[in-house]
Amino acid sequence: MFRILKKNIETGKVTLPYASLTAKATEGFLGAPEVDPAKCTGCGKCVMACPTKALTIADPSSEDKRFFHLSYGDCIFCGLCGPVCPHQAISFKGKFDLAARTKKELCRELSFSLSDCRKDAAFMAQGALPVKEKVREVPGFEQGDFAGRISTEEIGLRLKDKIKRLFGRSLHIREVDAGSCNACEVEIVNLSNPVYDAERFGVHFVASPRHADMLLVTGPVTRQMELALVKTYEAVPSPKLVVVCGSCAVSGGIFEGNYAVVGGVDRSIPVDVYIPGCPPRPEAILHGIFLALDKIPAVKED
Amino acid sequence: MKTVFQELKKRLGDAILEVSEGPAKEWHVLALKDSILKIAECLMEVFGMRFLFLSGSDTRKENGSFTLHYIFSYAQQDQFLTVQTKVEEKDPRFPSLAHFLPKANWHEREVQDLLGLIAVGHPDPRRLVLHEDWPQGLFPLRKDFGSPKKIPRAAGDYVFERVEGEGIFEIPVGPVHAGIIEPGHFRFSSAGESILKLEIRHFYTHKGTEKSGEGKSPEHLLCLAERISGDNSLAHAVACAQALENLGRIEVSPRAQFLRVVFLEMERLHNHMSDIAGIALDIAFSFGASQLMRIKETLLRLNERLAGTRLLRGVVTLGGVRQDISETQKEWLIQEIKKIKNDFDQTIQLLWQVDSLMDRVETTGTIKKEVAEVLGGVGPVARASGIDRDLRRDHPYAAYKDLFFRVPVFMEGDVESRMKVKAQEVYESFKLIYDALYAMPAGPLCGAVKPLMPSQSALGYTESPRGECFHWISTDGQGKISRWKIQSPSFSNWPLIEYAVLENIVPDFPLINKSMNLSYSGNDR
Repeated sequence: MFRILKKNIETGKVTLPYASLTAKATEGFLGAPEVDPAKCTGCGKCVMACPTKALTIADPSSEDKRFFHLSYGDCIFCGLCGPVCPHQAISFKGKFDLAARTKKELCRELSFSLSDCRKDAAFMAQGALPVKEKVREVPGFEQGDFAGRISTEEIGLRLKDKIKRLFGRSLHIREVDAGSCNACEVEIVNLSNPVYDAERFGVHFVASPRHADMLLVTGPVTRQMELALVKTYEAVPSPKLVVVCGSCAVSGGIFEGNYAVVGGVDRSIPVDVYIPGCPPRPEAILHGIFLALDKIPAVKED
Repeated sequence: MKTVFQELKKRLGDAILEVSEGPAKEWHVLALKDSILKIAECLMEVFGMRFLFLSGSDTRKENGSFTLHYIFSYAQQDQFLTVQTKVEEKDPRFPSLAHFLPKANWHEREVQDLLGLIAVGHPDPRRLVLHEDWPQGLFPLRKDFGSPKKIPRAAGDYVFERVEGEGIFEIPVGPVHAGIIEPGHFRFSSAGESILKLEIRHFYTHKGTEKSGEGKSPEHLLCLAERISGDNSLAHAVACAQALENLGRIEVSPRAQFLRVVFLEMERLHNHMSDIAGIALDIAFSFGASQLMRIKETLLRLNERLAGTRLLRGVVTLGGVRQDISETQKEWLIQEIKKIKNDFDQTIQLLWQVDSLMDRVETTGTIKKEVAEVLGGVGPVARASGIDRDLRRDHPYAAYKDLFFRVPVFMEGDVESRMKVKAQEVYESFKLIYDALYAMPAGPLCGAVKPLMPSQSALGYTESPRGECFHWISTDGQGKISRWKIQSPSFSNWPLIEYAVLENIVPDFPLINKSMNLSYSGNDR
């Protein structure tokens, strides 16, 4: 007993204040790719290197334009695009607080004049590049296999302001793994370690969806987990919030298009906030949870 | 190996069609399918070889039939033997080895589900990987499966094996569990608190990863390999990279071999920390849990500084590593590791003295050596049951053959032994990191990348924190990846848990489960 006390006293306080958690990532942390519009020529080299089609190029045939898309929702933060860029336009500066309410906010778009693009020696024609389905063509949860179980009345009840008032200080979260690789779980579990200590913000992980205000969903929703996810969603008392964590859960990530995967949680249930990352760091998950509540603690600018 | 082939020829004569040498320590034997059982018997009983896994592939385009590959390890000579056999589409049956070789059980059921071949004489031919709502007659690993947009859901129920009698009741658990863990279903049959039978039903997180890998470029395959099992990202990536390197005869630079050891051991450290922390947490001894989780966080932050990602993703590349450790970083890392070692040492010494903790772990969840051996237990779970086996020593890869380390083995097979194996391994990992950092030669990070050889297959392997992890990759005539088989340690170890829990009480199940620390995603893929 005495030795345990001694060890605890020696360890001291390790919990970090929210401000220092979110102010800056650890030195060396890669984070999200950021494209410098001044340097990018829209050549398409990085599109070839990207394993998840997070980077795409579209050349509409009608005009002399080339659109370059970066979707953080698809990005797995592998860093393969950086070194292939012939103009060093892609940099990694440890950006992680990317959570957003819509997938559109997770996209960055640059447009170029196609004839200018062609002048670059590294130019790659659209035909040589992988293509991706357009975001708006992706089916929503209304077209899901178990959509009938989610009543529209329930969706109408999801009045965000009311939720915010209701959850004034505390928030009970039920975590659901809908087929993730376990990396997101590792980071969510880390939220409860002494360094992050999410409980101090009133964030509490509960054992049953019936006790929860919010579902925190990870994974690309495998075919075999879809029903379990929908049932869990049904079991959460209204009004309910859904936050999805990790690129798989946002868009299907690297598993998108597979026979065993539905791809993106919003194809099975309605989603409020998307947290990209593969896996998102614990700070990024906290940021996403607070965003869902509109309760991001103030971070002092130095 | 010659004596092996002579013996096989002597015993089976014409059933052995062809013998050839593959890349890197691999040998292939092509045999008739009816002789598989006899060959397996001979290899295991005469030469003491060990069955590792079974991989089926659709090679109808190349040679008109399906091919099954049975991979055996010949640890005495640090070699691997692949027994291949062809299965015709017209007669898609193959003899089941499950009676003779119980660890082949799940492997054969997987081939049934994904490839549509039938294991004749299998004791339990129910669906395994694909659940009952998957339509009949649709087999994803066949090349003519294509990429259908929408697969209908069929009707059907999984039938659990039942224990009947007065006072016996069933407890269904999952797939969504109470803690922050992965999904899977457990069906307990118990009388009072004592567990009479446990049946596990998994593959809820089946993501078709092996199919996704087909036709991918090697770099993209590594990204996928990192996402098989999140906390073992690097072990899977290194195994996959080794298979690709063997396929392309790509040389790994000597410096990268040592860096791989450093990073692999860093991964083992954070895994074992969270395992021991999890055991402490399940016993409600929060001192141990929070101290060890704090140490784990320190390790993850070290990883982040060194490699840019907390779970060591993006470290490995073909022919080497992407991240170097500079001289200044090296000194800093050694100092940090020393601090962590002291910290861990103080904490773990305290844990061993806490009676309430030791009382729960002693004799709980015992796995006998014979059971572990027969069912194919691997990694710390097997080593806690007295099986002295570690790929790092028995089939050395990366720079392990140049480094000295002990392989801790305990005999009791209970939760305590598994905890002790992991605690001892943590000390060995600290030592390996020092030694690898000091022994690391200067030089380039990466060897020259070459294209993969066409129509070949190769094996890559690591001793991941959970146990032995194999990646088997074969290429088609153009040198593209045509089949990627992932043998994760959890696939080998999950069946053991059904035996570990017998005669234990239901409340001890989470503890036993945590002590084995099995990955659902690694298992289901």
